[in-house]
Amino acid sequence: MDLYRLGAWQLRELLKKREVSPLEVVKALLQRIKEKDGRINAFLTVDEEGALEQARRSEALIQDVEQYPLAGVPVGIKDVLVTWGLRTTAGSRMLENFVPPYDATAVKRLKEAGAIIIGKLNMDEFAMGSSNENSAFGPVHNPYDLQRVPGGSSGGSAAAVAAGLVPVALGSDTGGSIRQPAAFCGIVGLKPTYGRVSRFGLIAFASSLDQVGPMTRNVRDAALLYRVISGHDPADSTSAQLPPHDVLDVVENSQSLKGLKIAVPWKELEGADEIVKDRFERVVETLRSLGAEVGEVEMPSFRYAVAVYYIIAPSEASSNLARYDGVKYGLRIEGEDLVDTYFKTRGRGFGREVKRRIMLGTYALSAGYYDAYYLKAQRVRTLIKQDFENVFAEHDLVIMPTSPTPAFKIGEKIQDPLTMYLNDIFTIPANLAGVPAISLPCGFSPEGLPVGFQFMGPLFKEDVLFAAAAAYEKARGEYFNRVAEI
Amino acid sequence: MKGDYEAVIGLEIHVQMSTRTKMFCSCPVEFGAPPNQNTCPVCTGMPGVLPVINARAVEYAVKAALALGAKVNLKSVMARKNYFYPDLPKGYQISQYELPLAEGGQVVIETENGEKVIRLVRLHIEEDAGKLIHDEKGESLVDLNRAGTPLMEIVTMPDLSSPQEASAFMREVRKIMRYLGISEGDMEKGHLRCDANVSVRRRGEAQLGTKTEVKNMNSFRFVEKALEYEIRRQVQILEEGGEVVQETRLFDPSTGTTRSMRSKEEAHDYRYFPDPDLIPLVLDKNWVDRIEENLPELPRAKKERYIKELNLPPYDAGVLTETKEIAEFFEKVVAEGVSPKKASNWVMVEVMRIIKEKELNIRHLALSPSSLAKLIRMVEEGKLTGNMAKDVLDVCASTGKDPEEVAQEKGYEVLSDEGELESVVRKIVDEHPDEVQKYLSGKDKIIGWFVGQVMRELKGKADPRKAGELVRRILNEKKGS
Repeated sequence: MDLYRLGAWQLRELLKKREVSPLEVVKALLQRIKEKDGRINAFLTVDEEGALEQARRSEALIQDVEQYPLAGVPVGIKDVLVTWGLRTTAGSRMLENFVPPYDATAVKRLKEAGAIIIGKLNMDEFAMGSSNENSAFGPVHNPYDLQRVPGGSSGGSAAAVAAGLVPVALGSDTGGSIRQPAAFCGIVGLKPTYGRVSRFGLIAFASSLDQVGPMTRNVRDAALLYRVISGHDPADSTSAQLPPHDVLDVVENSQSLKGLKIAVPWKELEGADEIVKDRFERVVETLRSLGAEVGEVEMPSFRYAVAVYYIIAPSEASSNLARYDGVKYGLRIEGEDLVDTYFKTRGRGFGREVKRRIMLGTYALSAGYYDAYYLKAQRVRTLIKQDFENVFAEHDLVIMPTSPTPAFKIGEKIQDPLTMYLNDIFTIPANLAGVPAISLPCGFSPEGLPVGFQFMGPLFKEDVLFAAAAAYEKARGEYFNRVAEI
Repeated sequence: MKGDYEAVIGLEIHVQMSTRTKMFCSCPVEFGAPPNQNTCPVCTGMPGVLPVINARAVEYAVKAALALGAKVNLKSVMARKNYFYPDLPKGYQISQYELPLAEGGQVVIETENGEKVIRLVRLHIEEDAGKLIHDEKGESLVDLNRAGTPLMEIVTMPDLSSPQEASAFMREVRKIMRYLGISEGDMEKGHLRCDANVSVRRRGEAQLGTKTEVKNMNSFRFVEKALEYEIRRQVQILEEGGEVVQETRLFDPSTGTTRSMRSKEEAHDYRYFPDPDLIPLVLDKNWVDRIEENLPELPRAKKERYIKELNLPPYDAGVLTETKEIAEFFEKVVAEGVSPKKASNWVMVEVMRIIKEKELNIRHLALSPSSLAKLIRMVEEGKLTGNMAKDVLDVCASTGKDPEEVAQEKGYEVLSDEGELESVVRKIVDEHPDEVQKYLSGKDKIIGWFVGQVMRELKGKADPRKAGELVRRILNEKKGS
């Protein structure tokens, strides 16, 4: 039995029946990582000893599925979530040797559920990027075509799950950073409602947009992780006052989509590749065949989403990244005086894209420009929210492709930030509005590259999202639970 | 002022709130802890951490706003003030900008020309930065114990016209904060800090002159010294035909002067924007109303009441209301039935002498208000003389013993038998015919000498007033014979 092919739920079942032990699972995955990750570069840190130790300890927990729903299940963590005692880099030279003295809430909840943290996953520096080429520790290669990007910024998480290096992983999504790499790597990626999962310990990129979410090879695994990490956290003031959200029954029982009203903003999809449009049209057919009503809607503010995003996200980032100054932790390059130390430390510690966004944001927040940029962007953000509200007044869900193209080649877009930014054109609106969205695989391009689409739902209606996702998965099971052969 | 100039001063005051924990984490707030002891990932700005606002700090600031007559905004917004400095761990300070916690309000101060109203612009909450310590080796060390300490910033209109008014304003604010129990208000410990915007203009001119901002005035005396210097400096520039440059100036206590710190061009662009980590601060109106209903009586109201209802002289009322603790002590003495004026005299003179000598807060005085009341009554009833009472008071103040008990231990008792007192007086008068003669020839002051003799004879146990009356009566009997 190839243990690396199994998802979290399947592993949990086998573990409970004692058909495998946590140690066997962990060893199988460590072996797989050793064999394959040299070509993928998904892991920044593999905690071999820690994982083996956790595996030994989780032996005692595996019978108690209620208390320890993830006991013995290895999980990969995007390196933007801090892990106690385990190096956390955010993909940056700045934090190359940073070992946090605390756990992110999402990580803590995984540990409390018995999960084994097997290592930390590569990403675009400070989660800024759509291709993982902005990592200070080298790009990640798409397991379906090693010449291509896995998407970003959670590229390491997506590639690791797709290549069977881990059954499940956590990512973070600020403008599509879970969904777009999930689509590029043929897996499931959920961005929960803003406020559903605690951001405590998530190294901030853009605080009003960041959300943590699961990346898995099937819908049920996403629901399983989602239940564990969701729920109010007093350490995060923006976390919603809601208990952990259990949608496992919804996933289990979902069959038909009869009566479900699904909206497609067709006009906004014009920029998509022909192959993406084709696969998307097939999704529409499948959903109709499941009983859903699919109709066209207008969401005219969507076309401003990328522009709005590239004001708001860099503005927040310019402030969030001010703490990396060489004074307290992380990289410090001694200069002639204080200001010189700042310049040298930040000059060498940050990569090009991070600097670009810090400058953009600093500019947008400057006296005299604030109203024209930041404030204006916030107003348009409100219009985008209203577009969603209007559509959700009469529809249950919105669907769109996740990305306008399948995975592109490494190096293809990195010199042209604007083209790169436009890659997130379909994912950004959900972040700006705070609504939940899930990307699902919907087939392959003729070259064998995965294509994805996404459901977007009203605020805190992840259950509707999961019901539709599960029904689609049952209808198109061939796209799920796949492990890339490399 | 030289050449008939007037100064226009506005203040920004920072008040450290005396909460148990910091503004956005649960680290303790305390003065003098070893460097970086009271820190955690949140207040040291580690990656991924988030702030959670201290509800008690909000409550304190609302109390202050209401006490200052400001309008509390039921919705206010926390904002980031961005700048780089080693004592600012996040690279931004969480403060308030566009929608502060409260707006308006006023403080009444006393000046040589009577009362003056100083209007307030706003009151907002924010966190403090850490401290830089420069050692002998020329290295700078960062101590983040203070980082994240809750502060209130109070901004005045430019209604102050002299350094004395500025320091009077600071004192009044401190008094109010202490009454509310929300700040210790110790300037030396940095609980109360102030920056001033200062300009001068010819008296009668409507337009304001160019202002400078003066920083680093960390005592009441320095506030006055710094402003005096700065006003003199600006007047001199204008007198010489020059122009005041808009800039930030630093007060140097060692020279008593101010020097340029940064020009207007070098001023920071703080790039304020709403902090996305903190949702807008929304207050429940009933909660605010309840705080307002439960505000203590404030110093000015108390002083007026003492004057109007207790018929105390304004001076007494002022001294007694200087701190809430003294006022409370005084009120308890009065509540025991002592006349306000008597209670005032004893508290102002004797009790305040003792707490000054012992360098004690009145709260820690062993003497209870009811003991003082008892003591005062003993004097009124003639059981103790004034001098005896002062002795007894000293003992009570350090031991907490009952005054009756102390008087007994000391053997203090006033001769209550009038016949015995009279016979002693007669005896003394008979023994000193020369002195009697002096009295009869008009030397009235000699009565005091007789009283002294009587007191000595009775070892101080007589009521000197009664003894005096008797001496006079008996000497007057001699006049007729």
